[in-house]
Amino acid sequence: MRRIFKFSNVKVMVGAAIAGTKEGEGPLSANFDVIEHDAYFGQKSWELAEGELQSQTASLALQKASLNSEDVDIVICGDLEDQCFASSKGAMRSASSMLGIYGACSTMSEALLVSSMAISGGFAKRVMSLTSSHFCAAEKQFRFPLEYGAQRPQTSQWTVTASGAIILEHGEEENGVYITRGMIGKPIEMGITDANNMSAAMAPAAKDTICEFLKLSGESPENYDLILTGDLGKEGSRLMKELATEEGVDLSGVHNDCGLMIYDTERQDVHSGGSGCGCSASVVASHILNEMKSGRLKRILYVATGALLSATSALQGQPITGIAHLVEMEVR
Amino acid sequence: MDKNEYKKYAKKTAAKSPVLKDCVIAFLVGGGICCIGQAFSSLYSYVGLGDDTVTTFVPITMIFLGGLFTVLGLYEKLAKYAGAGTIIPITGFANSIVSPAIEYKTEGLILGVGAKMFVIAGPVIVYGTLASVIYGLIYYFFGGAV
Repeated sequence: MRRIFKFSNVKVMVGAAIAGTKEGEGPLSANFDVIEHDAYFGQKSWELAEGELQSQTASLALQKASLNSEDVDIVICGDLEDQCFASSKGAMRSASSMLGIYGACSTMSEALLVSSMAISGGFAKRVMSLTSSHFCAAEKQFRFPLEYGAQRPQTSQWTVTASGAIILEHGEEENGVYITRGMIGKPIEMGITDANNMSAAMAPAAKDTICEFLKLSGESPENYDLILTGDLGKEGSRLMKELATEEGVDLSGVHNDCGLMIYDTERQDVHSGGSGCGCSASVVASHILNEMKSGRLKRILYVATGALLSATSALQGQPITGIAHLVEMEVR
Repeated sequence: MDKNEYKKYAKKTAAKSPVLKDCVIAFLVGGGICCIGQAFSSLYSYVGLGDDTVTTFVPITMIFLGGLFTVLGLYEKLAKYAGAGTIIPITGFANSIVSPAIEYKTEGLILGVGAKMFVIAGPVIVYGTLASVIYGLIYYFFGGAV
């Protein structure tokens, strides 16, 4: 059964984001804590590079919060690499205990949901949600070698090289940004098999989670400053809004998408927009938290979307299952 | 919208590649690569190499250039605009072998470079060989009669 989880006392302590060169050339450049121009992050392989990226982001978040690794009860982390290799490398330096999760590009909202449950349920005092993606590691695993000469279809998305970390803590009455409610996504498969159009597979899941949440909570889109999806890009955002309109929900004035925000889609040649676990994570952990802390955004829904395919399932022509997890964030 | 309708709708309304522009660029670049090959052929004939040697040296030269431009990171940049124009000529074949060799260097010389080198070109070799066998059989049985 779909249900809304109501969280109490889940406060956002700090966010940290590290991004690569291309992301650093995008519109959110000034918001990232660090822009790293070495795509290898000083490592020998793309897989290790992503691990290092995630590790540095986690350390940075601890440093910004003036904490050491023992002060955080759980690190909940994920990425796109096989068996979440980057996370197991990335959490090494900063986790006293670790939960690895996989939700493709929806991993950050999934991590925030599980983190909020742990804090709200009284099982942890501080939890870090941490995800990453790396363009080169993702290309190697899901598509072609980097130097292979192939054209990308217009519906394809560009995997973001970035990582975002958010430390949540048990907070009582202090002012700040709180995670107030959440909803776990339903896996939805609508027959889309094209791995170059993953956002078409994710759009129905995003529509479902948003519309179900609004229906069950009795809220309307106007009650929010922003309904932020993660990585639907141009294609998926259009489809999602059209599907919502069919159900009588107009999201046009209030919706934006992390995959559209992180790049200048006209200038940066990313076709439909950005994607990857690190995309919405780095956008929310930097730009969105800054906007909330400065009061420009007061109440938002963050709905990261994931395309649950593997390199093998894509080769077998299996339809892609989409998922979207939601968290409600509020300034108090 | 049910599943079938959605699938069709998503496909129908998806952003399309500029096919005409892609074809024109593919034609020009692919043609350009072939002209370079022809120039080498003429050059080798001019310096006095025999026909057999020329037909061996031209592919060797073009494969070398395809590999070189892949390593320099330029082939992929050209291919982004040229598409089939850079895939079809023999330089594209070189690119499809050299690019995984670079990518899988980190997995070692045996299971990385050695095993993965043909991950893209493998099917071309397999089905190219198969097609040549079929052609050979047809030629063997009916070649004399034609």
